[in-house]
Formats: sequence, structure tokens, C-alpha cells
Amino acid sequence: MRELTYEVPATAEEAVAKVTGDEQARFLGGGTNLVDHLKLGVSTPKVLVDISRLPFDAVEQTDDGLRIGTNVRNSDLAAHPLVRSGWPGLSRALLAGASGQLRNQATTGGNLLQRTRCVYFQDITTPCNKREPGSGCSAIEGYGRHNALLGTSEACVATHPSDMAVALVALNATVVVLGPDGERRIPVADLHTLPGHHPEVETTLAHGELITHVELPVTTLAKRSTYYKARDRASYAFALVSAAAALSIEDGVVADVALAWGGVAHKPWRASRAEEALRGQPLEESAIASAVDEELRDAVTGPDNDYKRALLRGVTTAALSRLAPTEVSR
Amino acid sequence: MTARPFEARSMGTALDRVDGREKVTGRATYAVEHDADLDEAPLHAWLVTSTTASGRVLRVDAAEALAHPHVVTVLDHTNAPRLADTEDRELAVLQDDRIGFRGQIVAVVLAETSEAAREGARLVRVHQEAADASVSLDGAETYAPEEANGGFEAATDQGDFDAAWAAAPVQLEQTYSTPLEFNNPMEPHAATALWRDGSLTLWDSTQAVHGVASTLAPMLGISQDRVRVQAPYIGGGFGSKGLPHGPEMAVALAARWADGRPVKLAVTRQQMFGLTGYRTRTVSHLRIGAEPDGRITALEHAAVGQSSAVKEFVEQTAVPARMMYAASSLRTSHRVAALDVAVPSWMRAPGEMPGMFALEVAMDDLAEATGIDPIELRERNEPEVDPETGNPYNNRRLVECLHRGADLFGWQDRPAEPRATLDGDWWVGTGVASATYPASFAPGNTARIIALDGGRYEVSIGAVDLGTGSRTVLLQIAADALGVDPEAIDLALADTDLPMATVAGGSSGTSSWGTAIAQTAQQFRADHGEHPDPGVETTTTTDGYPSTDHALHSFGAVFAEARVHRLTGEVRVPRLLGVYSVGRVINPMTARSQLLGGLTMGLSAALFEDAYQDPRFGHVVTQDLASYHVAAHADVRDLQVEWLDDVDELATPMGSRGIGEIGIVGTSAAILNAASHATGVRVRDLPATPDVFSS
Repeated sequence: MRELTYEVPATAEEAVAKVTGDEQARFLGGGTNLVDHLKLGVSTPKVLVDISRLPFDAVEQTDDGLRIGTNVRNSDLAAHPLVRSGWPGLSRALLAGASGQLRNQATTGGNLLQRTRCVYFQDITTPCNKREPGSGCSAIEGYGRHNALLGTSEACVATHPSDMAVALVALNATVVVLGPDGERRIPVADLHTLPGHHPEVETTLAHGELITHVELPVTTLAKRSTYYKARDRASYAFALVSAAAALSIEDGVVADVALAWGGVAHKPWRASRAEEALRGQPLEESAIASAVDEELRDAVTGPDNDYKRALLRGVTTAALSRLAPTEVSR
Repeated sequence: MTARPFEARSMGTALDRVDGREKVTGRATYAVEHDADLDEAPLHAWLVTSTTASGRVLRVDAAEALAHPHVVTVLDHTNAPRLADTEDRELAVLQDDRIGFRGQIVAVVLAETSEAAREGARLVRVHQEAADASVSLDGAETYAPEEANGGFEAATDQGDFDAAWAAAPVQLEQTYSTPLEFNNPMEPHAATALWRDGSLTLWDSTQAVHGVASTLAPMLGISQDRVRVQAPYIGGGFGSKGLPHGPEMAVALAARWADGRPVKLAVTRQQMFGLTGYRTRTVSHLRIGAEPDGRITALEHAAVGQSSAVKEFVEQTAVPARMMYAASSLRTSHRVAALDVAVPSWMRAPGEMPGMFALEVAMDDLAEATGIDPIELRERNEPEVDPETGNPYNNRRLVECLHRGADLFGWQDRPAEPRATLDGDWWVGTGVASATYPASFAPGNTARIIALDGGRYEVSIGAVDLGTGSRTVLLQIAADALGVDPEAIDLALADTDLPMATVAGGSSGTSSWGTAIAQTAQQFRADHGEHPDPGVETTTTTDGYPSTDHALHSFGAVFAEARVHRLTGEVRVPRLLGVYSVGRVINPMTARSQLLGGLTMGLSAALFEDAYQDPRFGHVVTQDLASYHVAAHADVRDLQVEWLDDVDELATPMGSRGIGEIGIVGTSAAILNAASHATGVRVRDLPATPDVFSS
């Protein structure tokens, strides 16, 4: 790996200043993804600014909900009693991710900013527009089983790998970001971008902006939330596709629903069209399937990832069924 | 003399692994952990590999790498030490400019630290001229090889298959396939090499220290006694460390260059998908002709596989069909395509694993076609004698394994029709498959026994324990053969300075080495009596154990329960049971681990393992354990193994047969048969991933 300098800033402001002023600098959180990239040559920064010792390691109750420090470990966040009672879908999503050891190490902010596991992105001997802009996309005509089907471009079909981020999008979470000019807030749904012509750009953060917290609004809907992840093996695998859902049924029909998908796009995908289609309807499997198909109206698939259409109907049905007060009719 | 059967005292008891404590406390020294044995800090080597599948190296530009302060040198085909023999193109590393596959070693960087070596490798620019490459088995030209792996005839033809097939009232014709599979032991291939005074010392991660020495020495142009190989601990191999591969030669050449200074090389997980062997994709075309009562009259197994243009390897996929079931007309064949791809090699029961997958799913297909219970169908096709040789079987107890398994598993409660049970959102089904593995025996093993003070004995053989428990089991054999307690034995293994031993592979190790130890112990007693003077010794070499005309094989029956999610197609296996007849079980604890491990590998192959070789590039792009899935803990649920009370003294004087391989055989078929029973969807291609069932 490339030789680099490692710095431990005393304050968040210092961390932001160091990275903002140096194109070759990167923040280091838990390191579960970035350190792999250093070894593989996927990422070759000259400076690592370790933010893991900054004091953003608490889960605090606020008037409006929950404020989660960026350094809170995935395992701690998943096990937190307030998360488990108020946002169970987040807890389930976290526990569906990675392995016990990785969850102990990975941080909240780092989880949001982890990078795609597209095999070509991680193999520096193959073209990849995300790693090397303009070199071409190897995945479109290649190993396509994990490719995105929504919001793709001719430049990139990578998926965002996080489970946690999918739940945060469904639960209307916001990130608090510190930049050189102070603090700003971005809904998690607007944090990640679609690839377009610039798949190397993955978020709306400017270089040097640091996620310091994630804020979760308290809602009654969030209390009935869950996460269903379909994967090849029973644990320690990225989602083929996944669904984060929250549901409220009144008078036998869907009063409110939140739905987000993982494994389908360059970003966690809020399935707003499907939500709209379900509101006011009785929760039946056929209605769920139609709603999913409505969301997939603009989906583009190839032979290797076409299965994701059926699988999305499956995971969405499985997730919503788990939340339904009575059995969902087939 | 030839060994005689002897009394089991320690054999049959669950002696703790003698090296268990070293391993779980981290004190066991693996291949790159021998710094304490070195008198100088080692150099670190890093491999640079080709990025084209065919062509040649025009120039290796090492300028940037050499500018790195800790990089010492970069070896390529222009400056690497020359080999005396370059016929084996897998091992003739850095000898010419030819590129035979993507991922081939084209340069080796030597540096003062591992990190610098890796960075040096990143900085090396390899200018390559690409030629047209053929990397995909689909549509490739195939040829009939001279023979298949293991020295088996490539094709056999008994009776009149065409006539029997044409006359068969029930005809089953199907294709079954297995994908590229990679061994992926926990410890990557690694070695420490020291070249000093014209001799090479190698601390290697290998299943055969003598095999490495006898292969490398003539290529290096030195006599075999100038190559010492040691492998005290090995973090698994599953066949991939049975034969030396390119990295071992690369580190040997680097050490020769460094003359006097040791060199360490650890292959990365990604490089293991190009340089250390794998199972080829196999495509099995089966035709089975049967009577309405299920009796098979005609059986054809035509196997197609992938080989490498660099070096031939022919997976013996169709071989088990030659002996498994009674069929008066029986035809088998192998064809391979020589592609511009990495060199395939041994992996987890080569031949039997993919071959029995095909045959045992086909038997389930036949059961369905004839409406006969799968166990009953197998019973009706049980041969009187070995169909291939006409020789009698010794100890063929397949039917007993099937019956015992059926009782334990609750087979009698199984609904005959598929897609009959929905439990919540999960379709539930059960399946069965037979397992078999030959009682392999490798002649030519030598053991030495020396009497020590105080009634102790030193027993030496250059065999290796690749993690299976050989060190423990051989101790038990030695103790019983000498008639002493295991505590009275000092066992020395895994060093070419010790007597010759064959590879730990093909379930031949314990049988072959154990027989040599038994024979030597018996000769020792004949030479020196029960109270030998300290210092006296006996060394003997086995020719074989007793010549018999019997067909010697182990058998087993594997039962699986599969659950398939009706909405997502996810497949889970809550129960797996294997019942085996493997001769005497020498150590129930290590044997159980071997069989459980085999079942787990079969589960892994059934549901997960699938390497994607990109047809445009020619290399495997799913080249880590996040994208090449093996079973994780959560996948491995209720696993049970049992064995029949058995002693097979025709196979070995211990009464044992090998047990390393049989656990994987048939397991993937049992699981896919269960998934088919659960869903009514027949899957004939491994692996059965959720997308197969979700639609």
C-alpha cells in the first residue's frame, strides 16, 4: 500500500480543516472498508485523518427523537434500547449487516459512507468509471447479479451496500454535517446521489465535510418498522435486495406506509410510488405486488439481475406482512 | 514383511488433538511464522500478475517500484534465476515471456517489509501484448484426454449401451453442472524460503513435503537432498496444497536470487483465485435407461470439463458412475477444453463430488419418473459385484447406511409428492443421496522407529497434518502397533529430513502412512523384541497392503431437509444427516470433525459456491470471501453424523479406510433433492441460489 501519514485531530473543526485543505486526505472511521481499499489500491490517499476518537460516540434522546454520534458502533446502535423500541427497523437493518466483529468496529457515519462492493470497483485491473472516471463500466456487460436496476446510468450500475442506510431513509433520518463554514443538515434520502455521468461522486457532501451525527425523528409509524433482507447465505452477505418498511393500518386499509429498498440503486431507494399506491388500500399480496411493479416502472434489468423484480415483490411482501396486524391475504 | 492387522487399544478412542492447545493459543507456527528459525530478517515478496489472458510480456518497467526506498529488487523473466527444466508451465515461473492466463505471475517484488513489497507491486508497470484468448467452456472445442485425474481411463464402455438405451421403457436424459469452485483454505498459500550454500530450505504450507521437494528439485537443477521442506502446521488445503503451485516456485527463485537471505511470501486471497488450483466447471450429460420397476439397464455419464492450455487437468467426474449402481450396459467418458485460464487442480473429492452430484440428482429424477421411493430405487440397483471389474465388494454397506439414516431422519413420514408442505412462508422438503469414496492406498511410504530411554519410542514419517488430525491419529496407530500407550511415543512429522511419505490427499493419508507405521512397528518388534535397547531402530517401506481382488470403497447416505421461502426463494437447510461405512474409525472426535466438515462443504457447494469467470477478461472476478460465498455459521444448523460399527482389515491393518473426502460426496445432491421435494422445482445446476426459486 501507498505510504501515508496518519493524523489524530483533537477537534472536529481541526479534522474538517485538515481534510478540506488537502485533496489527498481522507477521514478514517472504523476502517472496515477503507483499510481494505488501501490494501487493494482502490483508494490511495496520502493522509488519513482518524476521527474515531472524536467525542461523537453517544446516542442521546432529544425533544424530537434521537441524536446518534457518528462514532457510535453499529453493534452498540443496534442494541440500544431506545432504538429497539422506537425504531426497530433500524436495529434489524444493522443486525442484518456484516458480521459481529465488523459491527463492533464499524461506525454510524462510516456505514453511511461505505462504498459499493461491485467486484470491478474493487479490482484495479478492470475498468471502472467510479474508480477511474472515463475508463468504462465493466459491470454492465459482466458479472451482473448484483447490479442496480433503478436510477442507473450508462456509466455505472453499482449498488449502495449499506443496510443501515436503507432503514434510515425509510425512517426519515437526517445527517448533521460539519464543514468549514459550520453545520448543515441533509436528509439521508438526499445524502447519496445517482451515478449519472459522474459515478465517482457518491454523496452531496463536499470534500472535507464531516458527518457528526444522525438524527432520527420520533414518529408512531417508526415504532412499527422492520427490515427484510434477502441474501444467498443466512448471514454475512450483502443484500440481493432488501426492504425497510414501516406500516400503519387503520380500518382495514393502509393509513400510512414508508418503504425503502436496498440492493437496487446507487443509493438507498425510497419507494415513494409504491407507498402512494398502497395508501388507502387493503394490505393484500396482490396489492403489494402491484405497488412494487409501479415502483419498478422505469427499472432497467439484464439477464443477470432481472430476478430482482420478483425478489423485490417477495421481500416487500415479507417485510409488510411482518408489520401487518392480521395475516395478509394471498 | 507386510503389515498384519493388530489390536485396537487407543484406536477407536477420542484422544484429544495433540496439537490442539498450540493451535487455539496461537503458538502453532504456520508457513510465514518461522522468524525464530531464521538468523537474518527475511525479505518480503509480492507477486505481480498478468492482466491479459494470452499473449506475452513485452517489458516489465520496474523503475517506479525500485525508486521506493524499501524495495530491494523486482524479478521478471529477464532477470530471474533460470530453471533447469521448464516443461511444467504452471511451475516454470518467470522463465519466458509467454502469458498463458490472466493472473499468471509475471514479476516478483522483493522488499524490506510486506507493505513496501505490496506497494512495489502496485508500482510495477507490465507492458503486455494481448493475443486472442479462449476462456469460456461454453462453445469451446473439447478433446478426449489420455486419462483422467488419478490415472483413471478417460472412457469406458461395457455391454451395448445404445441397444439397452433404445430398449429401455423408461428413459431419462438430463444435464447436470457444477461451477468453478475454489478451495479457499483459511491459511492462504504461503512459504518462507532460504537458499544457502546451494541448498533450499522451505517452510511451506503444503499437503506433501516430499512431493514439493521431488517436484521443485529437478526443476531447480539440484538434487533432491538439497531441498528441505517443512510444514509443521497448515491452515487447511482441501486439495489446493496437494501439489506445488506457481507461488512456491516464485519464492524459491526469489530466495535463490537473495542467496543467503530468507524470503517470505504470502499469497493474497485474490491471487488464490488464479494461482493455487480450483475445481473446473463440470457439465455431466446423463442418460439412464430403466425398467418400470426402476432397475437400471443402461447408464451413460458423459462429462465435459475445463482444463488449462498451460497444464492439463481432467476432473474424473464420470468415474464414480462406473461402480455405483448395477447397470449391464455402462458407458462413461470425459472431454475437456484446453482454455487460456488458470490451472485447475485437486479440490475436495475431485471426481466424486461433481460426479456423484450429477448421478444422485439423476437418481432422484429417476425416482420421480418411476414413482419409486428414492431409497427403494437405490436398493433395487444395488450391484452384486463391482460393475466395473466384476470383483466382489468387501464391506459394501450402502443399503445399511440408507436404512439407518432413514430411521434416524424420520424418512417414513415423508410425503411422496413434492410441494406438499408449507410451514409459514417456507416450503419444506427432504432428500437423500448416496455417497462413496474409494479406499485409497498409496504405496511407497516409509516409517522409522527408534527405541528411546524409559520405554519410549520415536516414530518418524514425513507425512503432514493439514489440519485434519493426522498427528493425533498416527500417534494412536503407532501406540497400538507397538503395544504401548500414546504417551510413550514421540511422533515426528512434516519434514523431508524424515522418511518418505505421500501426499495428504484423496483420503489416502491415514491408510497409507498408518500402514507404514504398523508394518515398521511389527518389524521393529520382530527385530528388537519387547524390551529393545535404547538406540536400536527399524525402518521399512510399504509396497502395499495385502493384495486383494476385492473392490474396496467407503459408502454413505446423506439426508437433508431444505426449506425454501415462498416469497424470496431463499434456501435454508435446517437438518443434515450423514451415515457412513468407512471401516474402523480411529478417532471418533477427529473423524466426526472431518465428516461434519465434509457435510458443511457439501452444503456450501449446494447453495453458495460459484466463481464468476469474466469471459471478457478471463479471470475470476468474485475473488474474495465477500463475493465468493462459503457457508457461514448461521447456515450450518443441525448436522449429525453417524457411522456403522465397521472393521475392514482388507483395506488396512488398522481396519480403517480414509474419511477425509466422503463427507462432501452426495451432500449437495441430497440438498438439491430436498429443495426439489420442497418446491416441485427441479434444479440440476449448482448452486441453488434464491433467484432460482423466486419468480
